Amino acid sequence: MTTDARRAEERRLVIREALSVGIATGAYGISFGALAVSAGLDVWQACALSLLMFTGGSQFAFIGIISAGLHAAPAAIAASSLLGVRNGLYALELTQLLGVRGVRRLAAAHITIDESTAVAVSQSHGKAARLGFWLTGLTVFALWNFTTLVGALVGNALGDPKAWGLDAAACAAFTALLWPRLKNRDAVAIAVVAAVVAVLLAPATPPGVPVIVAALAAFIAWREPRRGAVDTDGDAEDSEPRRTGSEVQS
Amino acid sequence: MSMWVALLIAAAIAFGLKLVGYLVPADLLAEPHVKRVTAALPVALLAALVAIQTLTGPGGAWTLDARLAAVGVAVVALILRAPFIVVVVLGAATAALLRLAGWA
Repeated sequence: MTTDARRAEERRLVIREALSVGIATGAYGISFGALAVSAGLDVWQACALSLLMFTGGSQFAFIGIISAGLHAAPAAIAASSLLGVRNGLYALELTQLLGVRGVRRLAAAHITIDESTAVAVSQSHGKAARLGFWLTGLTVFALWNFTTLVGALVGNALGDPKAWGLDAAACAAFTALLWPRLKNRDAVAIAVVAAVVAVLLAPATPPGVPVIVAALAAFIAWREPRRGAVDTDGDAEDSEPRRTGSEVQS
Repeated sequence: MSMWVALLIAAAIAFGLKLVGYLVPADLLAEPHVKRVTAALPVALLAALVAIQTLTGPGGAWTLDARLAAVGVAVVALILRAPFIVVVVLGAATAALLRLAGWA
């Protein structure tokens, strides 16, 4: 195969990967929209979160905590922000690869999420990586926002969220976000400690606070990892965009 | 704090965190301990959120109800590699059916 033909083939694969990741992610925007309105946001607020925050895990955390009431707002902001730290780490990895300046850098920053990073860093050369990043990020952005609106309207029409199990849907959503990250014993240990700490604190502290305190369990990763322990690059390098099911934006 | 104010603050921080990675020198966060801890943050936060959402009720009181069964079904679905949306719908359906039957 000539170099040109190989490049064209590679380009086709990147496009297919980016679009399939985008579509899979967009699909669960519906659940975000529905859960957001059942958490007490209106349709506009649900859409504003997807449009402006645009990082799924943080959005789910924000609505999950603020569903307890507006007095939980500071904890909701803190939890969503802590979850957003990893996007900054992705940006550190991507800044050389993308070589963006000015307004394009602002746009790149906004679509720096699990999926766009995963597709970008899994390519073999810079050009494919840049195509993968932008195409994945923009596809997810378009579909995530559209399906958030659909989900919010559906959620609004459903009425009593508990009768439809929407509170349990939130539990399932967080479980699905966590699942692909439990890749080794250290991650499992951190998850167990965080869960136990959060549940023990819950009756005695204001809503959201247990989650923030439980985040300290991440310091278990401070010491040298055992073989195969927590991956220093987060999920970016080894998530597998092709089996996108539960490898979702967070 | 109104919902809009909270939402806009949280969104601004989320964007700022993304942008700062493009602006700071890469070696600033290269310290391996710091990288490992920040990479582990999502695990800790998401696990705490699963536990709180599943096992506590109003006022943070410990509660066992249909949500725990929903998470059990979700885990089975995840082991079978079901897509996110399927996991969420199965979780909701589990709780809805248990409540309809009056079991939880």
